[in-house]
Amino acid sequence: MSAPNPPSAAPLDLLYSEAEEELRTAVRSLLASRCDAAAVLARIEGGAPHDPVLWRVLAADIGAAGLLVPEKLGGQGASHREAAVVLEELGRAAAPVPYLTSAVPATEILLGCDGADCADLLRELAAGRRVCAPALPLTLAPGAPLPAPVRDTGAGPGGGTGPGGGHGGGTGTRTLSGSVTSVADAAGADVLLVLADTGLYAVQADSPGVSRTPLVALDLTRPLATVTLDGAAGTRLADPATARAAIAGALLSGAGLLASEQLGLAEWCLAQTVAHLRTRHQFNRPLGSFQALKHRLARLWLDVASARAAARAAADALATGAPDAPLTVAVAQAYCSGVAVKAAEECVQLHGGIGMTWEHPAHLYLKRAKADSLALGTAGHHRGLVADFAELPSP
Amino acid sequence: MTAAAVTAAQLLLRTRELLAAHPPATTAREDFLRARFDAGLAWVHYPEGLGGLGAPRTLQAVVDAELEAAAAPDNDPRRIGIGLGMAAPTILAYGTEEQKRRFLRPLWIGEEVWCQLFSEPGAGSDLAALGTRAVRAADGDGDWVVDGQKVWTSSAHTARWAILIARTDPALPKHQGITYFLCDMHAPGVEVRPLRQITGEAEFNEVFLTGVKIPDAHRLGEVGQGWAVARTTLMNERVSIGGMRIPREGGMIAPVAAAWRGRPELRTHSLHQRLLELWVEAEVARLTGERLRQQLAAGAPGPEGSGMKLAFARLNQEISGLEVELLGEEGLLYEDWTLRRPEIVDFTGRDAGYRYLRAKGNSIEGGTSEILLNIVAERVLGLPAEPRDDKDLAWKDLAR
Ligand SMILES: Cc1cc2nc3c(=O)[nH]c(=O)nc-3n(C[C@H](O)[C@H](O)[C@H](O)COP(=O)(O)OP(=O)(O)OC[C@H]3O[C@@H](n4cnc5c(N)ncnc54)[C@H](O)[C@@H]3O)c2cc1C
Repeated sequence: MSAPNPPSAAPLDLLYSEAEEELRTAVRSLLASRCDAAAVLARIEGGAPHDPVLWRVLAADIGAAGLLVPEKLGGQGASHREAAVVLEELGRAAAPVPYLTSAVPATEILLGCDGADCADLLRELAAGRRVCAPALPLTLAPGAPLPAPVRDTGAGPGGGTGPGGGHGGGTGTRTLSGSVTSVADAAGADVLLVLADTGLYAVQADSPGVSRTPLVALDLTRPLATVTLDGAAGTRLADPATARAAIAGALLSGAGLLASEQLGLAEWCLAQTVAHLRTRHQFNRPLGSFQALKHRLARLWLDVASARAAARAAADALATGAPDAPLTVAVAQAYCSGVAVKAAEECVQLHGGIGMTWEHPAHLYLKRAKADSLALGTAGHHRGLVADFAELPSP
Repeated sequence: MTAAAVTAAQLLLRTRELLAAHPPATTAREDFLRARFDAGLAWVHYPEGLGGLGAPRTLQAVVDAELEAAAAPDNDPRRIGIGLGMAAPTILAYGTEEQKRRFLRPLWIGEEVWCQLFSEPGAGSDLAALGTRAVRAADGDGDWVVDGQKVWTSSAHTARWAILIARTDPALPKHQGITYFLCDMHAPGVEVRPLRQITGEAEFNEVFLTGVKIPDAHRLGEVGQGWAVARTTLMNERVSIGGMRIPREGGMIAPVAAAWRGRPELRTHSLHQRLLELWVEAEVARLTGERLRQQLAAGAPGPEGSGMKLAFARLNQEISGLEVELLGEEGLLYEDWTLRRPEIVDFTGRDAGYRYLRAKGNSIEGGTSEILLNIVAERVLGLPAEPRDDKDLAWKDLAR
């Protein structure tokens, strides 16, 4: 049979390097001191989940925000492998920081568009001086059609080249109108990256004509907002074609690295549950000695171990630009979303009444896991991508 | 060549020398394998003189890749898997110098096939409950006489030798009075009867041992220490299962994917969803296995090993089940129910119905999935053992 075959697999390095482990240690100890569950809950209840001090240390002192940014632009010149390790730790802490928006997709979009404005902004992001959110719905998936609800409504205050006049990277200022829903981390962002009909624009988040209406989100640790532009000034960064290609690449990276956040989250849930069942006694025995529970946890362990391989594969494929990276990312997303949700659900269930309380952090993880399973494409969407890449067409 | 000195480059050189001296195209299969063993390129991490060079285990890949590229003959692990994966590492760990020299070479070359006489009708998961007896022979020469029944013994009909555990002291608790032997399957008193299985064929057997004489020189390890020796075997059994490197879409998923692509008339939406789920899981299992190998290569064996067997058992069963359904009317048919006694274990050949039925054994053979889950829970996650009352009782007083 001469049926077509899926792309053969690129060789992958699925382990962690020593440098990656050092990075992990630094991030983990920072999160342990500044971002324990009680602190996260307190910030959430105060209505301002993002912790700017934590972000500054993570982004600037540890250099995590600039991992994907080349050294000549003030970044670390590292790769998706290192960013994935940061995301594992952020997932493990359910940390409310805009890493998955500012340091990954926003950064990737800017890297995908040339120009002095992009370079300047990248420098700022890498240094942790500014935070940037792509004004796209969090659910937007790689491979899905890009929505373009924002219109270019005319020359901006500073005039400059119009959409017809300039090329990608032109420095013109235009006014933009339209609204985008479910934008993650918009509230804490300094700059919004806006896709309009005439290209990609940087919009200062606090400029006139920009409103960010907070939404009540399922995931308390990743705030969402509706972004509405009403004649807001935007600096043009790229023409529509460049912008769309850059966004497509950014969504791919975002989806691939989200798998690492999901892995970290699942690991926390498993570890907490194991620890709890070892110490809690019912029926004159530790609960963890009951085989029904042991088997559930052993299965979950296997799922988590498998998720680790899938997430590492995605990070490595993105880092090396492997030709089959889109397939590897789709596999990781199709798999890791479900594992994270299952781990969080088991965590709540096996903690019994304690797991249903607001005080116990399990709910933060459940909410993050469930929201993550919608972010950047559902498992079903990614399985559809697998069908395309592996040439297993639907009926 | 000392252990520390063996490098990838040296192994490559040695492999090329072997190929030059014994061109695969003109050398008989067994001659080539013999020469390879004698060159220390069989299992490079074994000691010199025993088929290896005391090199790091990971460097085997260098040798294998070079030999594969030259289309050199290989010993067929499907035929000699028990010898390679279980008997050999146990003999290496516990054998006398004489035993190692006598058994490892023909084992590796495949001149002598091995089987495993562990399970008994009354001792499967609870292997330490076994009742096959070994007593010192009356003639006083220190040899042993074995009586008992073993069951589900794969390849007993082709095996020349067996690893055998038997009870040498019924008065001790069950994990104590056990001794480990190397049993000659051609010895008088060894009777092998085909045990027909779910697939219709007889890949495994019943083995009756009646007054079988085993010289004391074929005892492996100390008298009464058989359980410790057996644990080495069982550990290696689980490492060797699932340790094979497979390409993307290798293994059981391959025929289903091929049928999906080649026969559009079979496609339905619900099957598509299940196929994609399983394709993703098979790819993730492949990556998990790959990661395990990389950890081993980096000298940091992770606990993922015990998980691989669990994962593959479940996947193989689900995928082969899906395949039967996908085939529609054809799925109602079965290739051949004749009682055959195959020489090799063939997981992926044959038709879908066979695959479906044979895969049912994947969660039973080599430790059931339930037992493996217990092992993961206790040894990997550190969960407490269940309370038990059988450990300190004398074997003869156990309920059965
Ligand atoms: C294809 C095949 C090839 C084999 N080849 C060989 C061979 O070459 N040599 C050899 O020695 N043996 C061989 N075996 C035997 C195999 O090792 C045993 O079948 C296996 O260890 C299970 O033992 P059992 O069949 O007695 O099941 P049992 O131990 O009776 O178990 C029955 C069921 O109870 C479950 N169970 C048992 N104990 C527990 C527990 N503590 N907690 C939870 N569940 C439990 C089991 O998981 C299983 O589902 C083979 C088996 C198969 C299927």
